[in-house]
Amino acid sequence: MKLLLKQKSVLPGFGPALGFTLFYLTIIVLIPISMLFLKTATLGWSSFWETVSSPRVIASFGLSFGTSFTAALINVIFGLIVAWVLVRYRFPGKKIIDMLIDLPFALPTAVAGIALTTAFSERGLLGSLLGSIGIKTAFTPLGIIIALTFIGLPFVVRAVQPVLEDLDKEMEEAAVCLGARRWQTFVHVILPILFPALMSGFAMAFARALGEYGSVVFIAGNIPMKSEITPLLIITKLEQYDYAGATAIATVMLIASFACLFIINRLQWWSHHRQEA
Amino acid sequence: MITESAPVRRILMTLAFGFVGLFLIVPLVTVFGGALQGGFPLFIKNIRDPYTRAAILLTLQTAAVVVPLNLLFGVTAAWAIAKFDFFGKRTLMTLIDLPFTVSPIVSGLIFVLLFGAQGIFGPWLMRHDIKIIFAVPGIILATIFITFPYVARELIPLMQAQGNDQEEAALTLGSGGWRTFFLVTLPNIRWGLVYGVILLNARAMGEFGAVSVVSGHIRGLTNTIPLHVEILYNEYNLVGAFSVASILAFLAIATLVTKMLIKWKTRQEMILEEAS
Repeated sequence: MKLLLKQKSVLPGFGPALGFTLFYLTIIVLIPISMLFLKTATLGWSSFWETVSSPRVIASFGLSFGTSFTAALINVIFGLIVAWVLVRYRFPGKKIIDMLIDLPFALPTAVAGIALTTAFSERGLLGSLLGSIGIKTAFTPLGIIIALTFIGLPFVVRAVQPVLEDLDKEMEEAAVCLGARRWQTFVHVILPILFPALMSGFAMAFARALGEYGSVVFIAGNIPMKSEITPLLIITKLEQYDYAGATAIATVMLIASFACLFIINRLQWWSHHRQEA
Repeated sequence: MITESAPVRRILMTLAFGFVGLFLIVPLVTVFGGALQGGFPLFIKNIRDPYTRAAILLTLQTAAVVVPLNLLFGVTAAWAIAKFDFFGKRTLMTLIDLPFTVSPIVSGLIFVLLFGAQGIFGPWLMRHDIKIIFAVPGIILATIFITFPYVARELIPLMQAQGNDQEEAALTLGSGGWRTFFLVTLPNIRWGLVYGVILLNARAMGEFGAVSVVSGHIRGLTNTIPLHVEILYNEYNLVGAFSVASILAFLAIATLVTKMLIKWKTRQEMILEEAS
């Protein structure tokens, strides 16, 4: 373990601490995840391809990807507005709202799922309101987008907030002195600084939405080809004892997660360096 | 101070409040409103139902195993990552983050592939009459996996920001390793640690997707609180579902309030330190 150290340290316990970390990580995460690839490898390429290219699976990929993307985009726009209002304006109850932003992290997804479904169903608080203008939300892809927007809500706000707090006011003042209008200052001065944080918030909200299950199943309606997300399709395959099918679809999802994780890592690094520069 | 014109400010505030109200306040009101829809006595009756009590007990048992294990891991990993500079550190941090991005359904599935009847260890477990999938150990394993990064994630930035100076000073003055950790490091990270544990606990008690894959949904035996909420909801027992859900919603609010208090407390301490 000591050989890995880049610099000698007087602090004790590096070997045991890293050893235990690697051991626990291997047992709990790495071995179980590698099982998925192992199992997929035994399926053979043709049967893997047959499963993941079937119309129902492709439709679920399209739906999961599209709704996650839309929800993350909604969160970028409104997350930026919420972060802006929280950092720049003073109003009563600000601390409470700031506290509530993390609710989707703390509230179990099943609870969020039944609450959103009830609120947006035809007889619910918001569903009846939207129904009166002819918009049906619950049990449609629109319902999925609502649930995924809830799930991803904290990511953009929490990514943008610290950057906005550290923003140098002098740059804005300089822009004003040089004759820029407010919106010009925003578009040309502030937005470029916030951009990496917005992107990283978007990527995190998207990655979280892609795999989400609990909050979506209640509101989605779950009709194959129409409102059946990929995680639900895995459950369906499992319930039919089609382990090979479930494994194949899960492998595609896992690769998508890896890709998201890699991109998020890059974006955070970018955002961090932009902030320091 | 440069700011937007009054109408623009008003529009932005309205949009922000509308968004927060729609997505955060409405669901909360729905949960508590739904729970108390049939009056307080019915709410109490729903909570005291034997199946609900069994679900609460199982959830508490799961958290009692998961929280100490992941706490131990979180502190150890944070010590190695924040206090030392070594090769492969970034890769290790990415791997620790994995459970954040893996779908809960996929997380449940990998344990079925390991320990299920069709799984790699399935036949061996069957011969020795050990049940993991569709039993309590499976629920615990899946929950450990899902909540694995929380404490480490909370502690690493905190410990990195504090640096090694204080520990090095203590060691130079002849304090031992463990003594330094308990008397120097631990007091410095205590609030971050408290929040990490509370968040870990809330996630462990509320996990739904992964647990739903491995549990088998046997009422009174392998039903956790979130799974019980689903069953009640699917039986159209809305008041019952929301009553049980309100326990978890209350836990979530307690988690958020704790976070706010800790933030306030650390700010106070910083002001005091600067003043002295």
